[in-house]
Amino acid sequence: MKVSDIFEETSFALLANKVRSGLTILGIVIGIASVIAMVSIGQGAQGTIQSSIEGLGSNLLTISPGAAQQGRGFVSSGRGGVQTLKSTDADAIAGLNGVQSVSPELQRRYQITSQVGNNTNVTVIGVREEYAAVRNTAVQSGIFITSANDRSMSHVAVIGLTTATDLFGEGADPLGKTIRINKMNFKVIGVLKAKGGSGFFNPDDTVLIPLSTMQKVLSGSDSLSTIAVSVVAKDQMALIKEEATGLLTERHHVAEPDFSIVSQEDILGTLSQVTTTFTLFLASIAGISLLVGGIGIMNMMLTAVTERTREIGLRKAIGARRKDITIQFLAEAMMLTFIGGAMGIALGWMIASGIARLAGIATIVSVQAIVLASSVSIGIGVLFGYYPARRAAELNPIDALRYE
Amino acid sequence: MIECSKIEKSYIVGGSQMPVLHGITFTVQTGEFLAIMGPSGSGKSTLMNIVGCLDSPSSGTYLLDHQDVSQLSDDELAEIRNRKIGFVFQSFNLLKRASVLRNVGLPLIYAGIDKDEREARAVESLRMASFPEEFWGHLPNQLSGGMMQRVAIARSLVNNPLLILADEPTGNLDTKTGEVVLDTFQRLNMKEGRTIILITHELYVAEHAQRIIHIRDGAIIEDKPVEHRRMANGNHYESK
Repeated sequence: MKVSDIFEETSFALLANKVRSGLTILGIVIGIASVIAMVSIGQGAQGTIQSSIEGLGSNLLTISPGAAQQGRGFVSSGRGGVQTLKSTDADAIAGLNGVQSVSPELQRRYQITSQVGNNTNVTVIGVREEYAAVRNTAVQSGIFITSANDRSMSHVAVIGLTTATDLFGEGADPLGKTIRINKMNFKVIGVLKAKGGSGFFNPDDTVLIPLSTMQKVLSGSDSLSTIAVSVVAKDQMALIKEEATGLLTERHHVAEPDFSIVSQEDILGTLSQVTTTFTLFLASIAGISLLVGGIGIMNMMLTAVTERTREIGLRKAIGARRKDITIQFLAEAMMLTFIGGAMGIALGWMIASGIARLAGIATIVSVQAIVLASSVSIGIGVLFGYYPARRAAELNPIDALRYE
Repeated sequence: MIECSKIEKSYIVGGSQMPVLHGITFTVQTGEFLAIMGPSGSGKSTLMNIVGCLDSPSSGTYLLDHQDVSQLSDDELAEIRNRKIGFVFQSFNLLKRASVLRNVGLPLIYAGIDKDEREARAVESLRMASFPEEFWGHLPNQLSGGMMQRVAIARSLVNNPLLILADEPTGNLDTKTGEVVLDTFQRLNMKEGRTIILITHELYVAEHAQRIIHIRDGAIIEDKPVEHRRMANGNHYESK
């Protein structure tokens, strides 16, 4: 039997039962479309989280005091509890090969008041000028803290947008105004660009002041709460993490690290694990409808084999071999899934972009998802078409011809 | 062309063997028109299935065109059927949704012949079965029973077989259209030199052949030429 003949016989058989073929195809369309749409939502969420984490600063290593405790993750590492990190540690790390920039930071919460009389409790971070580059942030008006500010322990502050609104009200220009942090006057020299919240910490609700001022004047402690390190190349992250661990362990004269280093990748890894689980969960729910669609195909093909028993008998009598019959029925099942798969991909794509437009959820229809859906639909054709096709091929021509 | 010797066939029914054919021996020459007759249950259908290569005998040998086909596999038998045998069934067995032309060309699909060639050969065999040209594009259910059976005859001719095997071809037809079908067979036999085996339970139909084999209880009880052969529609064809 030639391929063109198989194709012709198949379309002929499917067109003979348009409604039934159409409904069976619909089952596959719904299955494939929901897989595509669900996976696109999952992957969209993954993409959103990834870009927002990367927005916090790329190739970033974060060093915090206190050893990370097994099983408690990076969130609860003992910040503030121990004061092992010093400014000199930061300078030493800056000397490592492959380190682009180092931002030593000391963070506390203080009550801040403005001259207007508003007051708010915000996170105040003592920083050097490297903070802007390492943390991927910038001022929208005014200037950022300079190294001169740091050397002279200036009483200047760069404030986040949310803090500015809280202190001075909507739309007011806080530049040049004075705020009081812990009863000390600071002059506002800049306002940070909005970054948007990222989980536990809102970067728009912070006040940045020179690190020296923070250490000497406000907190009276020369320790650091964080050292943020930006690395030149992504593939060097692991190496530098290791080197920094060795360096600090040696500097602190301890056997086990009394600090913890978390890379952006660690955080991303944890979160992408979550989103991957989420995607899999959505896909498997959608997969159930695909399975039901596949059973629909098997059902239709079994009915067709019964209905066309005499036809099968005739075909065998006039010379069709087992293989010819198997291929013919398998081709019918596969054509159903192929058409259903193609339409399902198109529909899934439309649903995904509809969700993106109407619900505002980012969706990504990836090539992988399409390849997966196509191969699954063809696989379903083979899987659910094979049994009915074998049944047809194994019919005895004598009995089949006599079948009523 | 056909040499059957000591053909036995038994089926296993409920654990015990049930013999259907006992030592059938006969030969058919090329160009012969033979009728196999017998009441229902006589084993003539089983014999037809074996002669038509739809089934294999339990023992004995069957030489078709000098080839022993009694021990072949299902797929090998399918190929023999495709190349050497044309079937005509009582209930026509045409594909309902396919045109006359497509139905006739169907066996050639399994011979791997391409579409243009199939159509040309279908046209040729429809002419041979003297099937009127204006109905070539019709579907089977738009045709009368006699017409449908002539489509089936044309289909049986399309692969240019050695043997045409007709199983009760007039069984579903009235006498008059039955005559037309029998006439077609006689003409194919006499003018085209086709070898035909006709299976029937009616003596009247069997008498259109040259020779009749009577079967009863799985054995041949009589094998002799027809003395007063009936000619369908009173036609007389010159033997080739």
